Amino acid sequence: MTNKTAPKLGLILLMAPLLIWLFALILLPHVDMFMLSITEKVAPRVYETGLGNYGEFFAEPLYWNTYARTAIMSILTTIVTLVIAFPVSYYIAKMLRGRMKAVLFVLCLLPFWVSELVRTFGWMILLRETGIISTFLQWAGLADQPIEMLYTDATIVVGLVYTSMLFMVVPLVTTLESLDDSYIEAGYDLGGNGFTVMREIVIPHAMPGIVSGCIVVFMLSLGNYLTPILLGGKDSLWFTEQIYAQFITRFNWEQGAAFGFLLLILSSLIVWGGLKLSRQTLSETMG
Amino acid sequence: MLKSKVKLITGLLVGASVFATANIAGAETLRLLTWGGYAPKEVVALFKKETGIDVKVTKSNNEEMIAKLRATGGSGFDLAQPSQDRIAGAQFEHEIYKPMDLSKIKADRFIRSMLEGTKKNTTVDGKVYGVPHVWGTSGLVLDTQKAASVKDYTDLCAAGVAGKVSYRLKRPTLIGFAFSMGMDPFAAYNDKAKYAEIMSKVEKKLIECKGNVKSYWTGGDALMNLVRSGEVTAAMAWDTGGWKLNKEMANVTFVAPKSGALGWIDTFALPAKTKAEDAAYKWINFVMQPKIAAMITAAAGNFTASKGADEFAAADLKKRFQSSFPAADIDNIKWYPPVPAGLEDIEGKVLDRVKASKSN
Amino acid sequence: MSSSPRTSDFDLECHNITKRFGDFTAVDDISFSIPKGSFFSILGPSGCGKTTLLRMMAGFLEPDSGDLRIKGKSMVGVPPNKRPVNMVFQHLALFPMMTVEENIAYGLKRQGMPKADIPAKVKSALERISLPDAGPKRIDQLSGGQKQRIAIARCLVLDPDVLLLDEPLGALDLKLREHMKVELKQLQHNFDTTFVYITHDQSEALVMSDQVAVMNHGVFEQVGTPQELYYKPKTAFVAGFVGDTNRWSGSIKGMSGNEVQVETKDGLKLVATAADQNLAKGQNVDIFVRPESVVISRKSDALVGIENTIKGNVESVLFDGANSRVLVRDPSSGDKIMVTLPQTGEFNDLQAGQELHLGWRLAQAKCFDTLAMSAEQLADMS
Repeated sequence: MTNKTAPKLGLILLMAPLLIWLFALILLPHVDMFMLSITEKVAPRVYETGLGNYGEFFAEPLYWNTYARTAIMSILTTIVTLVIAFPVSYYIAKMLRGRMKAVLFVLCLLPFWVSELVRTFGWMILLRETGIISTFLQWAGLADQPIEMLYTDATIVVGLVYTSMLFMVVPLVTTLESLDDSYIEAGYDLGGNGFTVMREIVIPHAMPGIVSGCIVVFMLSLGNYLTPILLGGKDSLWFTEQIYAQFITRFNWEQGAAFGFLLLILSSLIVWGGLKLSRQTLSETMG
Repeated sequence: MLKSKVKLITGLLVGASVFATANIAGAETLRLLTWGGYAPKEVVALFKKETGIDVKVTKSNNEEMIAKLRATGGSGFDLAQPSQDRIAGAQFEHEIYKPMDLSKIKADRFIRSMLEGTKKNTTVDGKVYGVPHVWGTSGLVLDTQKAASVKDYTDLCAAGVAGKVSYRLKRPTLIGFAFSMGMDPFAAYNDKAKYAEIMSKVEKKLIECKGNVKSYWTGGDALMNLVRSGEVTAAMAWDTGGWKLNKEMANVTFVAPKSGALGWIDTFALPAKTKAEDAAYKWINFVMQPKIAAMITAAAGNFTASKGADEFAAADLKKRFQSSFPAADIDNIKWYPPVPAGLEDIEGKVLDRVKASKSN
Repeated sequence: MSSSPRTSDFDLECHNITKRFGDFTAVDDISFSIPKGSFFSILGPSGCGKTTLLRMMAGFLEPDSGDLRIKGKSMVGVPPNKRPVNMVFQHLALFPMMTVEENIAYGLKRQGMPKADIPAKVKSALERISLPDAGPKRIDQLSGGQKQRIAIARCLVLDPDVLLLDEPLGALDLKLREHMKVELKQLQHNFDTTFVYITHDQSEALVMSDQVAVMNHGVFEQVGTPQELYYKPKTAFVAGFVGDTNRWSGSIKGMSGNEVQVETKDGLKLVATAADQNLAKGQNVDIFVRPESVVISRKSDALVGIENTIKGNVESVLFDGANSRVLVRDPSSGDKIMVTLPQTGEFNDLQAGQELHLGWRLAQAKCFDTLAMSAEQLADMS
């Protein structure tokens, strides 16, 4: 072995685990998925290569609707989460000091000490017709019959927002904490009011946190399966449910793979659009 | 330094592979892919005592079983328990099972008619792929006071039970509704066009009926909770669910619908790449002993194909069974024939459209 | 706004301002007024309350009692964004997410200036601070001095009645700080705006200010021109804090008129001029002598007629061009005396250990009642 090749080999060996990992766990399954998605099932045991599975998606309005619905509800969830999480994060990052700050932060973390299934069941216990809130409203005389709060789109959004909250709060608190108080004071000192200081100084500064929080929350919502199914009830339509159905109950892996790819494209497009709109780059927000 | 690194990596690899082989070479293990309750702990313990074989149980359902075995080409498990109607189609399309060596099965431990029926239904290219284990039915779980009007599946769409109904959005619902609408979907299994026509009628009915539905249940526990809370008074479900609820609430029980309960049989089938075939046969013969079968019945709530196990079954379970199934109803059970490949696509689209439709 | 003729001469007035944080009184009953167009500094060690006072002027804090008037109008209860004052923050607080132009335009927009007029105004502001091309730059592309100027321009473009500056030179390196002192003064002159400048650096205050208030423990010790503070300190604190000085502690042994005879712990006998009113025999006092007031000589006979003389050895020579000094150690007491070297070049060859004779006149030694000072404050003074 010559001296020249030695460091090269060393580098290769060093990089090997990472490359193998990337290749085996990320690239390979996707290639496999793609190959599967362009395989059409013509008849039992007869397959052809083609884009029929994608064609099926565009031909069947149900798939389209579910796809669009999932995207819109995920965006809505992201917006609602942001609107709720921003004041909370601002309060934690800028108004509180010391102990209270830690306490509030842990409170945000608390729901994550149980699994998503248990959390969702918790919501079901609260919101169902014979549940706690309905019973309480009747007891308080605010309702004269049981109220069903489950199985609506609003419930899905509530459940998703609850599940996603922490993933928005953490990046927001981090970026807001890095904003020196003097910037806010300067904003007021130069004539700004609460609104303009927020708009011109706090939000632009927090933009990387906002965008990264939004990306994470959006992805989590888009890819969520349990919450929309359990809270959504009979009218819930979620795209992951379609993928699951194609793979597991229809044995139609080819269609499922195509759906999986379409979901990947959708999320990439929306994230890309969001980055463009907010004039952020991925490396800025994730770095 | 580089050399030592290479040595280290090689060492690790060798170590890992030695460890892996050692693991395989250790105590004999039977990896069982089955349903909840079909391999209770005490039975597993008895089996280990008698044969020295460990049983590793993975709980699943029909669809997941097929998906899992398909993903690995039939490896990863030594014995699976799909329903008899789901074997032939999956075998034909994906070749995930291995034919049974019937000589290794103690046929005298089985109820003859059930064994023969299952053998017939699971035969592909002249080879038998399954033997029966547990059987049961699906029908109606009713609150007999509040939903007394419900006699058949279609009655779930009546105004009297509006908003108090739950069923699954799965193929048994389609089949059940078809029968209760006076059609015979099983007879149309081999006529795709006819079957599609039946299904489109069922689809229309289910869309009409959607307003009546509280929620489409997805898991047994969710359904139980709905019935317990009184939010649902009439549901389409398995017999065991009804009997379990009956223990808690006297007026809730399983009722065979007028058009007939749907009968299913879960089987034993060998995955194509089973690694412990002998252990699998040993397990089959072991659990078909009447006493052991009765233990499984007690755990799962359903009866088995074991001859003579009735004697050992708990009295209250027998009583519930008899009250749900007067003699005429037993004859009326519609046993699922094997599903020909391709029907699931038709059903899938129907289910999708029902799900997507707006309930008033 | 009704401007009464009585107050029109003053841009900013404080009347009996007090601010407490719990038991701690940060600002204790301070009253002062700042004439229009002047450069007013508040000088004090950290923790003296100067920042609290400044933040009350800006509106980030409200006084517990007292009145604060700007151009005759009370500012109590007026939020910071409604006050005709602007502030240059310690770390400048230039908005990093905006360009230089946007930073300067920020306040103009808030004032409701028509959009079309803003660019011209920004341009002229940039020209006045000699950075005409800096507009499109990002903040992190600027040097420290440029940032200073932008931060000041950002405020001055709003034509505030008073500009508050919170130790803005603190973060700069020495050379730039010296330069910025001059430049700040120049800017103040160009814009003809009242500056209120707080600092713990006496040199900054002396160089730039028309008036300096020396603050300690929440009160003003003395307000006056830099010359008054330097040459006529009214308290021991001011004498010690403003400018470099040598200090001896002792007790009064005798008094005759303005002359005070003092003996230090080590038995050193000194005479000084009483600068406090109420000195009495036996009282503990401090004597302050400026380094430039001390005369040095290699021979004792050159110091004949000078009231105080000491013999000592050179401890070290602190060469700094025109500001060169020598540290002389008095072997009998161990005191170290700082002396400014004369510009004659006579002592250019001084070596450590050499014997020197020191002397200073009675009039140059000021005697004050001993002041209890914390270690931290003493550290600030050196």
